[in-house]
Amino acid sequence: MSTDRIEKQVVLKAPQDRVWNAIADAKQFGAWFGMEFDGPFVAGEKLTGRIVPTTVDREIAKLQEPYTGHPVELQVDTIEPMRRFAFRWHPFAIERGVDYSAEPMTLVTFALEEVAGGTRLTITESGFDAIPLARRAKAFAANDGGWTAQADLIAKYLAR
Amino acid sequence: MRQRSIDQFVAAAPVFAALGDETRLRIVARLCMAGPQSIVKLTDGGEVTRQAVTKHLIALEEAGLVRSVRAGRERIWEIEQRRLDDAKRYLDLISARWDEAIERLRAHVETDD
Repeated sequence: MSTDRIEKQVVLKAPQDRVWNAIADAKQFGAWFGMEFDGPFVAGEKLTGRIVPTTVDREIAKLQEPYTGHPVELQVDTIEPMRRFAFRWHPFAIERGVDYSAEPMTLVTFALEEVAGGTRLTITESGFDAIPLARRAKAFAANDGGWTAQADLIAKYLAR
Repeated sequence: MRQRSIDQFVAAAPVFAALGDETRLRIVARLCMAGPQSIVKLTDGGEVTRQAVTKHLIALEEAGLVRSVRAGRERIWEIEQRRLDDAKRYLDLISARWDEAIERLRAHVETDD
């Protein structure tokens, strides 16, 4: 019953180098995730950027629209070409005017593995238990509109 | 239905505070696995004093994660399942956001540009 960690696994029907570039290339990552960065991902370095609507899903893009321009910050942890990419970030850091820099970050890891028919991608995010509680509660309260819309979308998605 | 889900997440906040401590997580894990227990049993074999465990149990009780029932001269502590479900639901939401992100990544890598 861990409340600290999430793990996701998926097999993508694409070659490993394509998936790797989609994740480890800051430009490509931004395109599908919905962010724009001020430079490339470099291990051990901090990278700033901002939220921009994703180019691959119109519905999600609409939801991201109100947050356009909102600053994001990643601390790149590991780059093991073709196999492993990891960074730290502040989850839910979308409340305006709040300085998240002193708070603990979660660690997001993308692990790639070649399998028959494509690439197995395992995404883990851990460290939620260390995030200050007040922040978590606020993240929900302050983003009521965004979250409700998001929750609705998720419900729709899950009901498919 | 929308408002209800938001309220649920906000209401889950004290749960995370209560679980954001290693000793308390251990107590919860122990109650989950071994079932209802007295304080004597909960302290058994650990390095934490009975007094400290009691303090943690009270914090967990305030967060609605555990409850106690009197059995003769001692109190038996047990898990309040519903609150744990709330905490899990919070994680489910983050999890669902990753599911969405994965679908966007799929759209990005599985189509020809």
